[in-house]
Amino acid sequence: MFAELPLLSLLIWLPIVGGAWVLLQGKNKDMATVRPVALFVAVITFLLSLFLYSGFDSSTAAMQFVEKHNWIAALNTYYHLGVDGISMPLIILTSFINVLVVLAGWEVIQKKPAQYMAAFLIMTGLMNGVFAALDAMLFYVLWEAMLVPMFIIIGVWGGPNRVYAAIKFFLYTLLGSVLMLIALLYMYNQSGSFGILDFHQLQMGMTAQTLIFLAFLVAFAVKVPMWPVHTWLPDAHVEAPTGGSVVLAAIMLKMGAYGFLRFSLPITPLASHQLAWMMVVLSLIAVVYIGFVALSQKDMKKLIAYSSIAHMGFVTLGFFIAFLIYDKTGQIGNGSVLGMEGAIVQMISHGFISGALFLCVGVLYDRVHSRQIYDYGGVANTMPLFAMFVVLFAMANSGLPGTSGFVGEFLVILGSFEAGFWIAFLAATTLIIGAAYSLWMVKRVLYGSIAEDKMETVGKLSDINGRETFILSTLAVMVLFFGIWPEPLLDVMHVTVANLLDHVHQAIQSAR
Amino acid sequence: MNFTVTDLSLMLPEIFVLSMACIILIVDAYLPERLRDLTYQLSQGTLVGAAILTLGIQPESSTLLMSDLFISDAMSVVLKSFVYLIVFAVLLYSRAYLHNHKLFCGEYFVLVLMATLGMMVMISAHHLLTLYLGLELLSLSLYALVAIQRDSSQASEAAMKYFVLGALASGILLYGMSILYGLTGTLELSEIAKAIATGQIEPQLLSFALVFIIAGLAFKLGAVPFHMWLPDVYQGAPTAITLFIGSAPKLAAFAMVMRILSEALPDLHHDWQNMLIILAVLSIALGNIVAIAQTNIKRMLAYSTISHMGFLMLGLLVAKPDGYSAAMFYTIVYALMSMGGFAMLLLLSRAGFDAENLDDLKGLNTRSPWYAFIMMVIMLSMAGIPPFLGFWAKWAVLSQVVAHGFIWLAVLAVIFSVIGAFYYLRIVRLMYFEEPSDTAPLQVNTDMHLAVSVNGLAILALGILPQPLLQVCIQSIS
Repeated sequence: MFAELPLLSLLIWLPIVGGAWVLLQGKNKDMATVRPVALFVAVITFLLSLFLYSGFDSSTAAMQFVEKHNWIAALNTYYHLGVDGISMPLIILTSFINVLVVLAGWEVIQKKPAQYMAAFLIMTGLMNGVFAALDAMLFYVLWEAMLVPMFIIIGVWGGPNRVYAAIKFFLYTLLGSVLMLIALLYMYNQSGSFGILDFHQLQMGMTAQTLIFLAFLVAFAVKVPMWPVHTWLPDAHVEAPTGGSVVLAAIMLKMGAYGFLRFSLPITPLASHQLAWMMVVLSLIAVVYIGFVALSQKDMKKLIAYSSIAHMGFVTLGFFIAFLIYDKTGQIGNGSVLGMEGAIVQMISHGFISGALFLCVGVLYDRVHSRQIYDYGGVANTMPLFAMFVVLFAMANSGLPGTSGFVGEFLVILGSFEAGFWIAFLAATTLIIGAAYSLWMVKRVLYGSIAEDKMETVGKLSDINGRETFILSTLAVMVLFFGIWPEPLLDVMHVTVANLLDHVHQAIQSAR
Repeated sequence: MNFTVTDLSLMLPEIFVLSMACIILIVDAYLPERLRDLTYQLSQGTLVGAAILTLGIQPESSTLLMSDLFISDAMSVVLKSFVYLIVFAVLLYSRAYLHNHKLFCGEYFVLVLMATLGMMVMISAHHLLTLYLGLELLSLSLYALVAIQRDSSQASEAAMKYFVLGALASGILLYGMSILYGLTGTLELSEIAKAIATGQIEPQLLSFALVFIIAGLAFKLGAVPFHMWLPDVYQGAPTAITLFIGSAPKLAAFAMVMRILSEALPDLHHDWQNMLIILAVLSIALGNIVAIAQTNIKRMLAYSTISHMGFLMLGLLVAKPDGYSAAMFYTIVYALMSMGGFAMLLLLSRAGFDAENLDDLKGLNTRSPWYAFIMMVIMLSMAGIPPFLGFWAKWAVLSQVVAHGFIWLAVLAVIFSVIGAFYYLRIVRLMYFEEPSDTAPLQVNTDMHLAVSVNGLAILALGILPQPLLQVCIQSIS
């Protein structure tokens, strides 16, 4: 019955229109309706996104739920939407996280709540659009437009250094994406169309591919973020309000990774092949070096931010080991499939885990107004229920079997064995480093007895309330569910991933 | 010279504006002070009437009139319509400001109408003489407008500077035109093109003429290194006048450049292309970088104008109809944005207070979320952030530049526009992230409120669906 509905359009426009409506409510002095309306819109969006899953045909790699209308005839761009096994889970994740973010800001945000809720709703619509866009211009417009609400969120509701962080975030990502714009324009002149799927069919020479790959790399590497262009992320994460950090970590970072899958790999397979070693090296630096950086953080949000960079290193590693395996064995190895699927699982799982960790820090911050680890200690004594959740998410963050964090990391490590022992070895160190920084933080914040001078703060903490328990337990359920039974997620992506790898390898083969 | 009725009918808008300007001048002289608003209403009526006439008697194809002095074609109809629209909005926006600053006098309206007439003549010129006449009519009115606040020394200085440098630029342009006349023996644009196409004219002499003409044009556009007058005039003039200078005349300047370069000198495009590249790169670079250092918004917007003119030239320099229509789109979009930006400054001003420093925008979101939103839309649009209209303008121009093989130029342009994004973001930052320092309630008339809202929302709506405006620009140049 939902087959006839323009589902993807609804997922984009419902939150945007809802957000605009919430914004107009802000004019009234009576703010009572703002929060329920925002929640209502968010929940409806999430429920609608579930129909994507139920209506999805996982036996084909073709785009589904396709909508195509003329948009700007003069520029030959279309309003062209569709999802495959890679983008569909990300849209559901986005809509899901949005509900939690609206809930998380429920009582906490007292300053201009209408604008806060509206910014998140509008951003959700735009992000859903980024994942669904099949026209490069539509993609680009949404990709950039999304920066505006995030800029406002960091700048208005952020911490003390928010202005610096907001502007850094905006300019960094803008600089990254403008080069992509030039690349898109160049490809339009080559192919006469802005269709992303038409770009996939382009046959370009090595030089053109390399330049385009680098232009994309700047855009996506900033977003992921990859070492060494990650420096905006710790600032943005630390200064953003809890909801902002959650969306940044859970969804915005995934856009960079998604960009690699949708643009870099299929459009410039030769250049990706040529530069795969570089990508693998950068990813390993992120995994190992940034892991150590995380270990030395004193600020909890910063620690999780660096941990995010390290985990995203796994994602890019999983994408690019396929080329190394191909060089070694001359075929699409089993390892390539494992690596890529593992990377995509890691994207989703990291969305839950990092989101959950930021929410946990938010819970503490709302009570004590400090993010410094040394301001805590012995929190488990006063907040036992909360401590249980933190331990679970910290374990998931360090890749404990049985949690979703394990599945992705394990698959990527397994895949990288085929590419080379040392790659797998370095990747696997994350299990140790990750455990070290996650659990050490847990130890310092939660355990031990409460120090004398902290009796006034930590000693008087109240455990999480019903709203917070609900948010954290939903995430806990997701983390455990995909940890124990990742099949529902893997099922939808098998064919798409196989098709992508096949496309890439054919392109390399025909170039020989 | 032989006139026909068609000649006169296609020139009716010009005749109408001229007559009305004279009538308003006389009527205003006899109006008592309390009825002064009638002058305003008559002026607005004139613009509406001119719009009806222009749209009502469009020629089916481009038609030459008055012994080929004057052309009426699709481009002139579109540009003139936008000039009426923009001048109409300018008068509307300025009204309260003029009242508060005791500048609400008949001369203002007559001068604006005369300037409008000048722009119309420039847009429709098919002859270097007509072009020059239109330009001078426009410029002289603008010099007088800048000086209209007689007791302000800042405004007088700006007017003086504007007049001296403007006259110099006109002189340079005129010198180039006279050399061209000496070489080709004609002042009519298409005849010049024909004479050059024969290839019998010494190319070096032609380049000589071209250099003067380009320098004169660059001066009028405000391109680096001929931009010196622009920041001082923008800052020194009363904001209502800056609003006018910064919007409609850009359309006329665009028309002038189009008429000369694409209609009279198309065969020299290799030469002027290189000159425009230099002007464009310098303008984009200098405009964006220097704007960062400004604390006065009017001055900042002046430097932003310089960089926008650089982008406009990017469209022109590909020397193809597609590029011209991209540049035309850019000009119209720029005029709409600039108009909105200055209108917001007028809106924040009140009797005895001019909003012109960055700090005057502090905490606007707390004072009025709606105007903060409109200003944010305008600023982000100027910065070229989608989904606002300014993005498509930059996009249209860049795609032409890339399509004709100047990828390095496009890369330079986008990098400088990221640098430029900083100062537009700074305004958003001040409005949203800071607490207000000025808490006086905003007093805004209903017509002003509506016009500013429509202006801002149009930039957003056309940003989501730019097709109609793009189509108009593409169709008018073919």
